[in-house]
Amino acid sequence: MTQKLVVIGAGMASGRALEHLFEAGADWDVTLFNAEPRGNYNRIMLSPVLSGEKTYQEIVTHDEAWYQERGVDTRFGTRVTEVDRAAKIVRGSDGSEIAYDKLLFATGSNPFIIPMPGHDLEGVIAYRDLEDTERMMNMPAGSKVVVIGGGLLGLEAAAGMAARGVEVTVVHIMGHLMERQLDEPAGYLLRRALMDKGITVKCKANSKEILGQDGKVRALLLDDGTELPCDLLVMAVGIRPNTKLGADCGLAVGRGIHVDDQMVTSDPDVLAVGECVEHNGAVFGLVAPLYDQAKVVAKTLLGEEAAFQPREISTKLKVTGCDLFSAGDFGEGDGREDIVFRDPARGVYKRVVIKDNKIIGAVMYGDTADGNWFYGMMKDGTDISDMRETLIFGPAYQGGASVDPMAAVAALPADAEICGCNGICKGQIVDAINAGAHDLAGIRATTKASASCGTCTGLVEQVLAVTLGDDFVMPSVQSVCGCTDLSHEDVRRLIKSQELKSQQAVWQELGWKTVNGCHVCRPAINYYLLADWPVEYQDDPQSRFVNERNHANIQKDGTYSVVPRMWGGITTPDELRAIADAAEKYNAKTVKVTGGQRIDLLGIKKEDLPGIWYDLNQAGMVSGHAYSKGLRTVKTCVGTDHCRFGTQDSTGLGIKLEKALWGSWTPHKVKLAVSGCPRNCAEATCKDVGIICVDSGYEVSVAGAAGMDVKETEFLAKVPTEAEALELTCAFIQIYRENAKYLDRAYKWVAKVGLDWVKEQVVDDLANRNALAERFELSQSIYRKDPWADLAAPQQAERFAPVADFTLEAAE
Amino acid sequence: MSWTDIAALEDIPVRGARIVKTHAGCIAVFRTDDNEVFATSDRCPHKGGPLSEGIVHGKSVTCPLHNWVFSLETGEAQGADEGQIATYPARVENGRVLMDLSEINKVAA
Repeated sequence: MTQKLVVIGAGMASGRALEHLFEAGADWDVTLFNAEPRGNYNRIMLSPVLSGEKTYQEIVTHDEAWYQERGVDTRFGTRVTEVDRAAKIVRGSDGSEIAYDKLLFATGSNPFIIPMPGHDLEGVIAYRDLEDTERMMNMPAGSKVVVIGGGLLGLEAAAGMAARGVEVTVVHIMGHLMERQLDEPAGYLLRRALMDKGITVKCKANSKEILGQDGKVRALLLDDGTELPCDLLVMAVGIRPNTKLGADCGLAVGRGIHVDDQMVTSDPDVLAVGECVEHNGAVFGLVAPLYDQAKVVAKTLLGEEAAFQPREISTKLKVTGCDLFSAGDFGEGDGREDIVFRDPARGVYKRVVIKDNKIIGAVMYGDTADGNWFYGMMKDGTDISDMRETLIFGPAYQGGASVDPMAAVAALPADAEICGCNGICKGQIVDAINAGAHDLAGIRATTKASASCGTCTGLVEQVLAVTLGDDFVMPSVQSVCGCTDLSHEDVRRLIKSQELKSQQAVWQELGWKTVNGCHVCRPAINYYLLADWPVEYQDDPQSRFVNERNHANIQKDGTYSVVPRMWGGITTPDELRAIADAAEKYNAKTVKVTGGQRIDLLGIKKEDLPGIWYDLNQAGMVSGHAYSKGLRTVKTCVGTDHCRFGTQDSTGLGIKLEKALWGSWTPHKVKLAVSGCPRNCAEATCKDVGIICVDSGYEVSVAGAAGMDVKETEFLAKVPTEAEALELTCAFIQIYRENAKYLDRAYKWVAKVGLDWVKEQVVDDLANRNALAERFELSQSIYRKDPWADLAAPQQAERFAPVADFTLEAAE
Repeated sequence: MSWTDIAALEDIPVRGARIVKTHAGCIAVFRTDDNEVFATSDRCPHKGGPLSEGIVHGKSVTCPLHNWVFSLETGEAQGADEGQIATYPARVENGRVLMDLSEINKVAA
């Protein structure tokens, strides 16, 4: 006898279940309800439809004819309003009543709409069905759309619209995109690729409210006050199983409609499949498990044995040009090991997570060709101990001889490109070597290979090694620290050439081995970024040594020393009184005159710092930066004002220099002095920059030292006017800032690059001197300010006190 | 465990720390890049440096005085140095930092 089956929902899961059922030749009388006014289409292909790579017709999986041939009574556009399980009847919104022997729930899921203010405005949509897709497709080029949600669906929506010329901003609450499928490095690469497509991506962004005008969406307001104007707002923050009908008719429902391994609900005549179900506490959103369920539900209906078993699933993102693959569990945990391969220049990242010699997870970005191979081994639980060393290179490298990078370079043909920036092939490098260029500098000079961005330096060195054999000694460069193999010089060059403007960009693009560096590299990277990108990069206090974070010198007992600035060593009775008052009020243990012509208050408690700063600020004084890798002091003699030998106003020039340079950050500390005559009372000839005034002008010399090393300055140039002395000094400081290794004093750096080179840059080339001084001024427009004033403000001052004090509480 | 509300997570800078004063001395409460929190003794066993002023990297902190590095999870000194700092239970819930002060109160009593 023909049995009656009623199916609620014509989505991908029920479509597949019906296929299995009819293929098995089942004799069922099927009625199919669907609230959407159409049959089954491949919902996961909506993204290619949105981006214009496919049409809707191409993604229809079951058309009218298919249902007709199989005698399915289709009721599209009809919602099921009620299920009467006692009478075994389903009622539709069109008033129909259909009796069933077996009922199949395939009600799918509903997009989750965050119930924030404004979510019901016109122009706020989800990304779920063809209507939503069409809505997005109809956005004209140049219009603005905000997508909330940086998961699979949100990103596909964003990329699809961006491909149509829409200005898209993705707002994601987590720290990196697709955090459920990707780890941070892969998420970073994905973000970069999307930004290259013109999509703005905001991570760690909390949406607060949707703003409207005349009932229509106008902008999204974030927690931090940012307003993102938009003509359409797409919420793609997740889905919730659609359980309402199931719950209404009394089925056991949790997050989804409860089913057993046979996909049977709490009612033996009612089954459920797809995104609406909950199986062993899990709900489902990706297509692979839904198809598995469809197979099981069909067999159960046919009276055959079958059991649904969730399996590891893999994910791919359907965005052209963003190749990513993710499978299994890639979180950190005990007994887990990572094998990571990175090639930041090519944008390739692969990570395989191993536990007990088996692959339990994999994340790939950029090159996902081997994804299924890893996935296969993960599903099969293959023991990988034998291929461990070459595992990450994929199937092509298994079972053969061990991989030797030198052999690989040796095997490259002559026309293989080595340096992408300058288009230099292996053959050209070999020719240069044969013509006498026997080291990296020689290759750079003759071919330009590795002379631009430098990422091919390793390859060029390998070509040298292969060509020269034992004659070539691989240079051993000192890396910044254990977090990277790159030297300071390489990092500086790459930050400039690749325009890396954030710490995150440095860690990811340069393949840092640690999550966020260490106490050695972080201060260096923070300095390089702020020196090279003063406008774009924001200084990170948490990447600074305590003195530069607390703007005072920590002493061995944990107290601090406070030194107010005295411009050119000049002070006033009022300032001295204020200093004396502060010393008393804050119990300075010692008051000392420093070698740099100012007064040091030692033994100040941390919680008193904002207070003493405030008091000194009130008297017109600012931080003396006695703690910084930056300008310290400009020492002066009294010059023509008082001295019978003085030739120029050395104090005046000293003050002008200090006012120009103060607040600037440099690779190491910078000390200046200006002497009014060659008697040199200000001891200018052992400073980083020393100026000696003479009758005919100013003798500027640089690269002196009077610390661990004692070294006389070297003559840079003589200039006739004060203005030129100022510009030359600023240009020298800037070229030192732009090029030196962090923690190299100027004299060490000049010894490395040679004084002649410095002269070429700042003495001979006036245009360059001018440009350097301008770049210095741009940076100073941001950094020439008193840090004490900011930190003494009440809301900042709190940070200097304990966050909680339980000694008081217990005493009560 | 009995959890005590210490502060809002926002009160502690990312990759930074604040201190909590107790009868058993200062406790440093760290916040990592991943918004995990850890509580340890604020005193470096080497020369008493204030660890709360150190650079926080990964799940470690470097003492500002002489660059000893400690794991925030275990309190163990890393690398060539040998030493241990006390660690205390801490966690984040609804944007608030909670600490279990029972161990500390025992020490103080």
